[in-house]
Amino acid sequence: MKLRGVMVLLLLVFASAVIAKEAAPLAADPQLEKRVNKITAELRCLVCQNQTIADSHAGLAIDLKNQVRDMVRSGQTQDQIVDYMVQRYGDFVLYRPPVKKTTYLLWTGPFLLLAIGLTVLVVTLRKRRVVVQDDAPLSAEENERLRSMLQSDAQGQEGKKNKNEGGKS
Amino acid sequence: MGRYLIPLIVFVVVAGFLWVGLSLDPREVPSPFINKPAPDFTLQKLYEPEARFSSTDMKGKVWLLNVWASWCVACRSEHPLLVQFSRANIVPIYGLNYKDVPSDAKRWLQTLGNPYISSLVDYEGKVGIDYGVYGVPETFIIDKQGVIRHKVIGPVTPAILDSCVVPLVRKLQQASAQTVVTREVVEGCVS
Repeated sequence: MKLRGVMVLLLLVFASAVIAKEAAPLAADPQLEKRVNKITAELRCLVCQNQTIADSHAGLAIDLKNQVRDMVRSGQTQDQIVDYMVQRYGDFVLYRPPVKKTTYLLWTGPFLLLAIGLTVLVVTLRKRRVVVQDDAPLSAEENERLRSMLQSDAQGQEGKKNKNEGGKS
Repeated sequence: MGRYLIPLIVFVVVAGFLWVGLSLDPREVPSPFINKPAPDFTLQKLYEPEARFSSTDMKGKVWLLNVWASWCVACRSEHPLLVQFSRANIVPIYGLNYKDVPSDAKRWLQTLGNPYISSLVDYEGKVGIDYGVYGVPETFIIDKQGVIRHKVIGPVTPAILDSCVVPLVRKLQQASAQTVVTREVVEGCVS
């Protein structure tokens, strides 16, 4: 009984291994397809904006992939192809925006925020250390104040007690 | 006082960024073609397949190139307005019939009206790619020198027509061959 269960389990495991197969590249030339994929993975799909052209199945993405394939086949370099796309769709088409005047804040922003955060952290920690070190003995004056405070507190407690008893009677 | 001032400033700055972010439309990709020459193309006409239309034929005229397709839902919403606008004879409108089946396209124009002087068949969408078209409809405003001066992304609305398209077309038509008129002269086109 137990053996049969193991057999079934084994069968199931191997069945999936038989079905699962690396997706074959569509083009006859896998070398070409590899280059096309590499280039289109750098380009943003304009219809579904958080996907690359390589990942997207939108009509325009497929057209652009075909365009890239044609251009690779005709011997154009990656830079030429990327330039062609930027000329038509702007920097927006690049998944990695170029470093230039309008994108300085975009590129440096995270580091600026990190620097601000670290500064605040350091300042706060410094302040805290000063507070902790500040355990010098009390001066005579402070001792006097402390004693009078404790005394008045003791009196207050006494008064409260009396009041409670008074209410009972 | 200073204790509350810093968080307040941080809040105002963040809120400011978010407020601006709310009014931005990520679907509107600014066209790199504004103020650049419109790419030349030669295509066959929808109703006269043997005749060719070349964009260079339009030199000397201000014209609109409206990208449309019968499969495009948003085109349907702008179409009545285009038909009406074409009757005013302010500017010639040409259609770029983008990745469409000619018989479907003709049926569409028959039922909804034809605002175009001529529709040009871009069956494979190659001219669309050349013009950086990424969604249909899109409408290009091209001046006498063949320079793209504006692109309306998405359906043309009465508001866009009144505040941008018509005033800009008028300014472009009045301009002589030497003067350069950009869309900045019409406030409705920039904001």
